[in-house]
Amino acid sequence: MSGSTAQVARAVLRRTTIHTYKNPAIIVPALAFPLVFLVAFAGGLSAVSSVPGFDFAAGYTAFQFVFVFLQMSAFGGIFSGYRLAEDFESGFARRLMVAAPQRLGLIIGYTLAGLVRFALIGVILWVLALATGMQVLGGVLDVLGIVALGALVSAACALWSIGLALRYRTVDIGSFMQTPIFVLLFIAPVYVPLVLLSGWIHSAASINPFTLLLDAARGFITGEPVKVIAAFAAALGILALMWVWATSQLRRAERAVG
Amino acid sequence: MPGEPHLARQIALIAGRSVSRTFRQPELIIPVILFPLILLAVNAAGLSSVTQLPGFPTDRYINFAIVVCFIQGALFASITAGTELASDIQKGFLDRLALTPARRWAVLVGATFGGTSVAIVGTVIYLAIGLIFGVTISTGIPGAVLLVALSIYVALAFAGIGSWLAVRTGSPAAVQGMFPLIFVLFFLSTMNLPAEFIEKDWFRTIAQINPISFLIDGMRSLIITGWDLGELLPCIGVATAMIVLFYGLAARAMRQRVQRT
Repeated sequence: MSGSTAQVARAVLRRTTIHTYKNPAIIVPALAFPLVFLVAFAGGLSAVSSVPGFDFAAGYTAFQFVFVFLQMSAFGGIFSGYRLAEDFESGFARRLMVAAPQRLGLIIGYTLAGLVRFALIGVILWVLALATGMQVLGGVLDVLGIVALGALVSAACALWSIGLALRYRTVDIGSFMQTPIFVLLFIAPVYVPLVLLSGWIHSAASINPFTLLLDAARGFITGEPVKVIAAFAAALGILALMWVWATSQLRRAERAVG
Repeated sequence: MPGEPHLARQIALIAGRSVSRTFRQPELIIPVILFPLILLAVNAAGLSSVTQLPGFPTDRYINFAIVVCFIQGALFASITAGTELASDIQKGFLDRLALTPARRWAVLVGATFGGTSVAIVGTVIYLAIGLIFGVTISTGIPGAVLLVALSIYVALAFAGIGSWLAVRTGSPAAVQGMFPLIFVLFFLSTMNLPAEFIEKDWFRTIAQINPISFLIDGMRSLIITGWDLGELLPCIGVATAMIVLFYGLAARAMRQRVQRT
């Protein structure tokens, strides 16, 4: 990364972080929704663990926590694109594009801002889950494995939404940023392991790359890692793809903005 | 008042405008109808194995889950209704309406009818898709008709919340911002499992006193149990209480707003 790219990225990151610090209400929905999902799924559906064939050593709360954590990572990332779209509507992003010597810094800055938000909400989520008795059978390295997968998901989703924001430059695209990710997350073994799914959802979940990430993260929390290399390879592959997408949309925005 | 149109005519006029305004914006309608269907597809498939739990009331999870669509559709439609009314307030339409002989109730019910009508369309679509995918209604055709009627009644009740929030805040963004709180109630209900299958005591207690659970259980009984007044009457009671309470609060808030302006 060249010096000026890093400078632009730092400036965007600093501005977005200060904005979040001054408007803590922005964080509330991003934190409230994962918590509601965790309570609703882990609390309300705990009887699912009694279904014949369900065997998850760390318990149903941990089983659901992993999904909610990755979901939070994804939506935390998507928010970066939404912020960029807002900045386009207010005219700030256009001025920034004109002023920035290296516009790649824009993509990096907004992605890093998403990762800061992911870290903040992630810590709160972990603390609350552990405080309410969630079991973690894995060690520190396993926990770091889950966090690393979450960070990759967050960055990939940030790049997806940033690409859309650069292409359409309006917040009206907000629901399109979320819906495909939402569908991808839920067409996975959310409530029960893959082996207990049947019919169309089993076929869809079997080819869904998010299933790989979910299985690996659930393996980490039980201290019995599975599909680790495949999951990280998939996450890095998606990240690279999203980087190509975001940078191609940056070039398009450059042509439009001038 | 001489020359004042009949109340039903007032509601019809305002409702007509609200409906045509809503249906001119497909971006407001499509997510309301599509999102509950996506969740139904995912939940019915993902949670189908819970029917293997001993004593689960049905052997097909879609029979259990379909009702959630109706309530979700009603909730989303109420957001639409509230947002539209708040936008009318913001643009001064309500102030202009206050200069006419129109009754407050007529304005409130009429202005939220666009959202309610989306819920009506949604209900018919959910039921049709449910039947195509094998939902069996134990109360037969009369039960299906009552199910649709109840669904519309519940949508009207939720629209009451939307109109109260709209008149109270006068801001579409504020209306949308309040709805996650109602969503929390939705998730802390019997939407995914019957109360007796919820293992966590604190969750079961909340679900059992949650008004949303009464709505869900009442409508669900028509599909799974049969004619059960013990489930149906509380459902109708809760919806009626919501209508009286929230439209009452909205009418009061509107009187205050009109006096201020």
